[in-house]
Amino acid sequence: MRGNVIEVKGLRKKFGHQIVLDGIDLAVPTGTVYALLGPNGAGKTTLINIMSTLVAPDEGSVKIAGYDIVTDKNMVKRSISLTGQFAAVDEMLTGEENLRMICRLSGLTVAESNVRTVELLQHFDLTAAARKSVKTYSGGMRRRLDIAISLVISRPVLFLDEPTTGLDTISRRALWKIIDQLKERGITVFLTTQYLEEADQLADIITVIDEGRVVATGTAKELKSRVGGEVIELFNDKDDLIRTVSTTGSIHDIRQKLNELASIVSPELRVNIRKPSMDDVFLALTAKEMERSLS
Amino acid sequence: MKIHGSISKTASFRTTNAVFIGRSIRLSLRNAEALIMAIMLPVMLMLLFTYVFGGSIDPSGNYVNYVVPGIILLCAGFGSSSTGVDVAHDMTNGIIDRFRTMPIQSLSVVTGHVVASLARNLLATAVVIGVALLVGFRPSANALEWLAAIGVISLFILTITWLFAAIGLVAGSPSAASGYGFILLFLPYLSSAFVPTSSMPSWLQGVAEHQPITPVIETIRGLLTGTPIHDSAWWAVGWCALILLLAILWSIVSFNRKAGRR
Ligand SMILES: Nc1ncnc2c1ncn2[C@@H]1O[C@H](COP(=O)(O)OP(=O)(O)O)[C@@H](O)[C@H]1O
Ligand SMILES: [Mg+2]
Repeated sequence: MRGNVIEVKGLRKKFGHQIVLDGIDLAVPTGTVYALLGPNGAGKTTLINIMSTLVAPDEGSVKIAGYDIVTDKNMVKRSISLTGQFAAVDEMLTGEENLRMICRLSGLTVAESNVRTVELLQHFDLTAAARKSVKTYSGGMRRRLDIAISLVISRPVLFLDEPTTGLDTISRRALWKIIDQLKERGITVFLTTQYLEEADQLADIITVIDEGRVVATGTAKELKSRVGGEVIELFNDKDDLIRTVSTTGSIHDIRQKLNELASIVSPELRVNIRKPSMDDVFLALTAKEMERSLS
Repeated sequence: MKIHGSISKTASFRTTNAVFIGRSIRLSLRNAEALIMAIMLPVMLMLLFTYVFGGSIDPSGNYVNYVVPGIILLCAGFGSSSTGVDVAHDMTNGIIDRFRTMPIQSLSVVTGHVVASLARNLLATAVVIGVALLVGFRPSANALEWLAAIGVISLFILTITWLFAAIGLVAGSPSAASGYGFILLFLPYLSSAFVPTSSMPSWLQGVAEHQPITPVIETIRGLLTGTPIHDSAWWAVGWCALILLLAILWSIVSFNRKAGRR
């Protein structure tokens, strides 16, 4: 349980003239839950597709469990399992048939496949719909089937591309629990998300990317500490949040920031002081990134 | 939930193919309308040609013997064309990414469709021949000739199916695949399938005599009804083998190039 199960170095990818990944470096320690956080179009899916051998990189290297994704594709495929952004299920088959097919393709015998299929259907609450065509499944059911399929046999690394997008709260919590269970069993989970709350809840390590570049990496706590100690929120008379200001949290700094606020808005307005959230981190980091690219 | 397997676990080449063939056959059976259409359409065409056009093409009433080989190929064309649509459907669907990230020979997903198409079309061919016998088809073939005819028909089905599979792989969507494939379905009409090429205007004769379907038809017709084959058999097998090879290569190249592009 030591070392990095994923190592990405200097990864670049262009689609036509558009630079989608602009020199990504990251290292994922074995057995962690690692979240890649970034807005739409940041390059998350492209990175996952490259790491799972679907797309060839232009430059740089990726190693999964020590195997190179270009020269050792087959060993990489034996080390990973992917749940892509869009459900990778066979629409024409039933849920049960989908699972059984992937069991057989994963090298389980017919008997093992039947047992495993029943097990997974139960675990993902799909038993009632097992014999129905996947075409008739709701978004949440499809997602659950998709994840169940990815868990037919456990490879060391599981990629989940926006696993909870489009899920209702109950399904989302259920998935979070499954991710925790996988981690307990020593599987490395690499997931992408647009939800800060999710990265905060689930991940041991978070990497924020924006426009194909790594903006920050660290634990949720480390990232939050980058924004400073506290956040002052200013509300208008209708109690809508109209401004946030970060502060070190010292009396001196808070007084100074409040004085500045009082000089531009009515001193009658209400303020609230709280710890920074991942949203603040995210906004602060991506705003810095914007300044950097302007200069 | 139990944890299963290890890094070494993966399906053998044989299992992979068996699973994909099973999947495609299951899809064919589930799509009963397409299956019935693929069988009914050639049967209706045969009845149309025999009873409606046949009398004026060949007043002796012997036209059914002439037209059956053509109908068989037409039937194979219709029946195989859905392979293009099936392959395009798979390639534009998330499931292909799943197959591609597994340590298996993922091209077998296409092979599965091809084998299912072969099975479907041989069944349809049997139905067409059965109906033909009912409406007066009188083949003169002995057992060996029947076997040879079935061999040529199978080779033809395989060839046109791989061609449709390649079209399905390069087409951007199932409906595009169906559109491109439509062009291929015209070829039997521009051959000796329905009328002897000698009855066509001379410029068309040139086309009809030199396109691959004519020698295939002449060969099947010769084997089943005893008309002269000459060197058609060589041309038929040669054309089919060449096109089959090209279609398979084209499929492999497009399958690999499409990696991760949807
Ligand atoms: N196959 C492709 N061809 C061209 N452009 C692409 C392709 N895939 C992704 N892109 C572009 O790359 C950028 C990053 O996309 P993506 O990796 O899907 O981001 P994310 O998953 O973070 O939303 C987007 O601008 C997208 O339009
Ligand atoms: Mg994405």
